[in-house]
Amino acid sequence: MQYILPSIRLWLVTFFVCVVLYTALILGFAQGVTPYSANGSIIAVEGKAVGSELVAQKFTSPRYFWPRPSAPDYNAMGAAGSNKSPTSPDLTARAQDTIAAYGATAANPIPGDLVAASGGGLDPHISLAGALYQVDRVAEARGLTPAAIKQLVESQATSVGGTLAPERIVNVLELNLALDRLEQ
Amino acid sequence: MLASILTITLVIGGTALLSWPLGTYMAALFSGRFARADRLFTTFTGGAGEQDWKSYALALAAFNVVMFVFVFALLATHHLLPLNPDGQGATSLHLIFNTAASFVTNTNLQHYSGESTFSYLAQLGGLMWLQFVSAATGIAALAAVARGIGGQASMGNFFLDVQRATFLILLPLAIIVAVWLTLSGVPMTLEGAATVTTLEGAAQTIARGPVAAFVAIKQLGTNGGGFFGPNSTHPLENPSFWANLIELAAIIIIPMACVWMFGKMINRPRHAMVLFGVMAALLAIKLTAAVTFESAPTMAFADLPVQQDVGNLEGKELRLGAITGPLWAVITTATSNGSVGAMHDSLNPLTGLVPMAGMWLNETFGGVGVGMINMFLYIALAVFVAGMMVGRTPEYLGHRIEGREMRLVVLALISHPLLILGGTALFAATPWGLDTLNNTGAHGFSEILYEFSSAAANNGSGFEGLGDNTPAWNIATGLVMLIARFLPIIVPLAIVGSLMAKRRSAESAGTLSVEGPTFGVMLFITILIFGALTFFPAAALGPIAEHVTLMR
Repeated sequence: MQYILPSIRLWLVTFFVCVVLYTALILGFAQGVTPYSANGSIIAVEGKAVGSELVAQKFTSPRYFWPRPSAPDYNAMGAAGSNKSPTSPDLTARAQDTIAAYGATAANPIPGDLVAASGGGLDPHISLAGALYQVDRVAEARGLTPAAIKQLVESQATSVGGTLAPERIVNVLELNLALDRLEQ
Repeated sequence: MLASILTITLVIGGTALLSWPLGTYMAALFSGRFARADRLFTTFTGGAGEQDWKSYALALAAFNVVMFVFVFALLATHHLLPLNPDGQGATSLHLIFNTAASFVTNTNLQHYSGESTFSYLAQLGGLMWLQFVSAATGIAALAAVARGIGGQASMGNFFLDVQRATFLILLPLAIIVAVWLTLSGVPMTLEGAATVTTLEGAAQTIARGPVAAFVAIKQLGTNGGGFFGPNSTHPLENPSFWANLIELAAIIIIPMACVWMFGKMINRPRHAMVLFGVMAALLAIKLTAAVTFESAPTMAFADLPVQQDVGNLEGKELRLGAITGPLWAVITTATSNGSVGAMHDSLNPLTGLVPMAGMWLNETFGGVGVGMINMFLYIALAVFVAGMMVGRTPEYLGHRIEGREMRLVVLALISHPLLILGGTALFAATPWGLDTLNNTGAHGFSEILYEFSSAAANNGSGFEGLGDNTPAWNIATGLVMLIARFLPIIVPLAIVGSLMAKRRSAESAGTLSVEGPTFGVMLFITILIFGALTFFPAAALGPIAEHVTLMR
């Protein structure tokens, strides 16, 4: 009993400080300073929410760039990886479907990130190589020149982390939004 | 490759540098240097006064019972309470038992996905609260052990120590990390999921919530339980390379600082340097192995027209950089954090062995507080073996390690492989485990082995393909987590209590010095032999068998 009462008081005081005060502080800071990202980086076009900058969405039309494969099919309420071993024949079968969709051949192999599912299934990026690989398809579907699309892709590419991680990636949703703007 | 080496050096080296002043501060804090704060804390809780090992252990147990009961009740009723904008429903009792046990024990094994299971009140008021106080419990226990070994007459006061750790270590660091995460793009809102119409006209519902506050303490307290199901691979939980850097540093900073704190509190900074060196050497070996193995391409794509020049990308996020998968896997299992930056189930077979080995050893910095306590058990074992080899009474800093202490040390150390291997054997032989696998063959065995290793190491990461939200898994791992948490905390308290009752002998020229490289090598070898001999057969059946049979 001599330990129970202090334990209950310890519960109350730590709960008040670590849950109530701490949450209120971070919430106030985030909503005050960075309201856009604090609410999920939701992009609006003409007042309508079209997606989150940070969350992959499904694209299947040849007119758009496609994101990486997603184990939960881009369900942002049930994010997950495939959790398949890299030796699994299930992965080979899934990759064959992707390869067929892109029409990849031994002479024109597909960049690895376009066949590998991401950890959460919602990776908003593809590699620059993965975007360039799709330029011809998008250009043909939209009746534009590949050079124009390629230029757009390269203007959208960013490095992962400067000197520490120089590889270049492209945000698929932002690229597709830019693509739609190009035709207007 | 150069960029990767630079990143690793920055994360590990930079954090190691920061851990020194933090450890010094923590030692001062637990030595009572902040008297006004201490008086305030005593007014909050009462129950003041010096405690011996039994009182300290009882106070710790009492508070942990309160933690368990409160959170169990909250998780059982969260669907009826406010702050539930997404209308999460009731949760099964066996999952509630597993989750409460998991977060009380600082494990954060998750047999659920946060965004589809728990209300914001359950996540913040239940799970995030436990992420603070379970971490503080571990740090408090280390302070008590250090006081006893350092020759003080009492172990201190548990209620005071928990508040020192919560309010003056975890909370200020959590605020810094949460602010950084907020600025890097992590959401922090009480609004429910957002519904959007995609460019192709489909509806997409996007889970969000008070993520930044949650993730900060998840990383700092070696907790590891994510706000969302896929943890820090989720772009809203880890949105950029820069968010990733601080999340990585936050995993190891307190475990590293605990070594310095221990050294200061026992007044043996050189001994702490040897311990830090041994841990750093183990970490370096694991990092080298993981980075090398993971640079091999995805085997399943080998015969297909796929360009694979950056290693295995299955289960990885591009924005976190090529090195994050193996680096995070090693750090999160060296400490007992258990958050993930890539899907461990999809690591190459031998890469997957590295985090398992981390959890088997469980003291490469280890969990906050408890990692250093685990190391103390290995120190006692190494000192004992060294003493036997040269035919002298084993002594540690003038404390004579005798039969009674060694029996307790062995009890604590043996319980770890017993829980892992016993549990794995049971589930690998019965439908309890076999019916829940996501992969077949050796990798399926690895899924079971990983799950029990994670529970027993209080780690919380997983080979997440395992369909582990079943009564059998929830009850078995729940019990393993509880035993594996409290046995290795209470037994060392008892050992130190026993040492405190004995007269300390003066150290002489014949005493084994714990401040030199000889002792470091002895300790290193003790850890490797104990770990390798115990777990090698299981490793051979799982990841090694998979590598040998399926990798070319």
